[in-house]
Amino acid sequence: MELIIAIAIGVLGGSGIWLLLRPRTFQVIMGISLLSYAVNLFIFSMGRLSVDQIPILRASRASEIAEYADPLPQALVLTAIVIGFAMTALFLVVLLASRGLSGTDHVDGREGE
Amino acid sequence: MMLSWHDHLMIVPIVLPMVVGGLMLLLGEGRATLKAGVNVLATLALLAVAIALLRQADGGQVQVAVYLPANWPAPFGIALALDRLSALMLVLTATMALCSLLYSLARWHRAGVHFHPLFQLQLMGLNGAFLTADLFNLFVFFEILLAASYGLLLHGSGPQRVKTGLHYIAVNLAGSSLFLIGVALIYGITGSLNMADVAVRIGQVAGSDRMLMEAGAAILGVAFLIKAGAWPLNFWLPPSYAAASPPAAALFSIMTKVGVYIILRLSLLLFGADAGASSGLVQPWVLYIGLATLTFGTLGMLASQNTGRLAGFAVIISSGTLLSAIGFGRDSVTAAALFYLVSSTLALGAFFLLQELMERSRTFGADLLAVTLEAFGLDRSVDPEEDMNTTDVGVAIPAAMAFLGLAFIACALVLSGLPPLSGFVAKFALLTTILNPEGLTPEIGNPEPVLAWVLLALLIVSGLTTVVSLTRIGIRAFWVPSGRMPPRLRVIEVFPIAAMLVLGIVLMVQAQPAMRYFNDAARALHHPAEYVRGIMSARQVDHRGDVTP
Repeated sequence: MELIIAIAIGVLGGSGIWLLLRPRTFQVIMGISLLSYAVNLFIFSMGRLSVDQIPILRASRASEIAEYADPLPQALVLTAIVIGFAMTALFLVVLLASRGLSGTDHVDGREGE
Repeated sequence: MMLSWHDHLMIVPIVLPMVVGGLMLLLGEGRATLKAGVNVLATLALLAVAIALLRQADGGQVQVAVYLPANWPAPFGIALALDRLSALMLVLTATMALCSLLYSLARWHRAGVHFHPLFQLQLMGLNGAFLTADLFNLFVFFEILLAASYGLLLHGSGPQRVKTGLHYIAVNLAGSSLFLIGVALIYGITGSLNMADVAVRIGQVAGSDRMLMEAGAAILGVAFLIKAGAWPLNFWLPPSYAAASPPAAALFSIMTKVGVYIILRLSLLLFGADAGASSGLVQPWVLYIGLATLTFGTLGMLASQNTGRLAGFAVIISSGTLLSAIGFGRDSVTAAALFYLVSSTLALGAFFLLQELMERSRTFGADLLAVTLEAFGLDRSVDPEEDMNTTDVGVAIPAAMAFLGLAFIACALVLSGLPPLSGFVAKFALLTTILNPEGLTPEIGNPEPVLAWVLLALLIVSGLTTVVSLTRIGIRAFWVPSGRMPPRLRVIEVFPIAAMLVLGIVLMVQAQPAMRYFNDAARALHHPAEYVRGIMSARQVDHRGDVTP
């Protein structure tokens, strides 16, 4: 499982960075989205990867804290997703404004040579 | 012991802008006069609260005052912490905010919608970032201030702003990803997000995990360096600051200082003397990057042809100076750096506002503004009372040129560090403390004396190039006979600039009490045990409002 998660983060992050460096605004926004998926998975995995652990405290099985999944990274991911979503939406608006004002989807507002 | 009203004062700089900003959003897009009034009142109140907090931080017996917003004990919930440095930054933010706001009332606040709510939310983010003692909460406040700054940067619209805004947003979104990765790594290794708790645990990190933890801190550092405008992560800064509307740019001059503030705080808190094997990890890097930034800013200043870009490079020089001073890791240098921070931020703010007034009589600038105002249907006044105002305003102040010239000279003197204004005191303090380390506390990450001389040379050269570039701009603006009319200034535009410059003079005249404050602040930063103890021993309040013993 560790390997799959690591590869997933690597592929998402790598494609995200490659797209981020491309000259078209649409590629940049896709790159930022992929990068934020990679980051979210990464935060999640920082709570340690495990299978079959209890997510919510239960009075009947409150024996060992080690039996529970770490709730904090999940809360952090949730916050990061919400903020990332809002920022992507905002970037999309600016992207459309740039397209409308400059007539091109190049990040510099004019076609490169 | 009951909590009295001034225990709750610390949350006001966050809650007040949030509530006011939210309420102004409900007012819709019109009613600019009402919103402007509310905004000015809220910012005045913020300044008053910030000054009260400054007195509290300076006068109290405790080094750090802690507020627990959710009433969870320290390492678990979010804690707000107020020490001398945070209080100083709060006062500086409120001062800059009030001045830019007053300036914008002349006409810029009508150049687009939602200027006033965005302005308040920006203040909320800034204040929160200065007060919080929790790494993830810091991320949230960073995002709030960035989101508001995207809006403010685009305020007034136009192709240039949208283009630079696109770059600015992309860079900062990538920076936010790095921020999250760094925070997640630090959480994964130390198991805590509370800055004080992390500082305690960092000394106990086992050898194999230490490298991961240091990598996390380095990634986090890169995110802050982007915000601070450090080379080579600052190519977005001059174009976007030049494109932003002047009041927004003046407020942005404190935004790079947020990055500097966090680097200063975290490098000393997490990697101070108590950090075990990681102690002094950050300082050399910050010093080298600071020197590179200073060089880049100096060269850029010589190369820039327009005043807005020049001001952007002045921001970079200021960041570079501060970063290299932080890199020395000595409390006397840090104290001098704090003096420089206050003096240069005030001068930069004044310069961003002033440069618009200087360019005003140029036709193309005026045309651009006229088009923008027309696009928003503001060329005709709505309200008869305002109509009267605008005719009043049309009368040129006879001393306009004299004021502009004097203000320009004052800005140039402070920015380049020439006597007799506060910039000179700041640079003199920096150079003295860099070269005279004797009689001070044991040093962390002591840089070689060669680097001290390099910094000395760079500081002097950057001062010289600042003088050269500003003289060039000044000659072009004031002495070239072009038969232009003296620009028409309004009192509300002149007042904020004069206020910032007068504050700089007050800082110079009152240098001794100011330096005493900065020395206390720097000493507390370099000996974070008190800060850590203060946060970790913060007590909960029970539901009757009593503090549990």
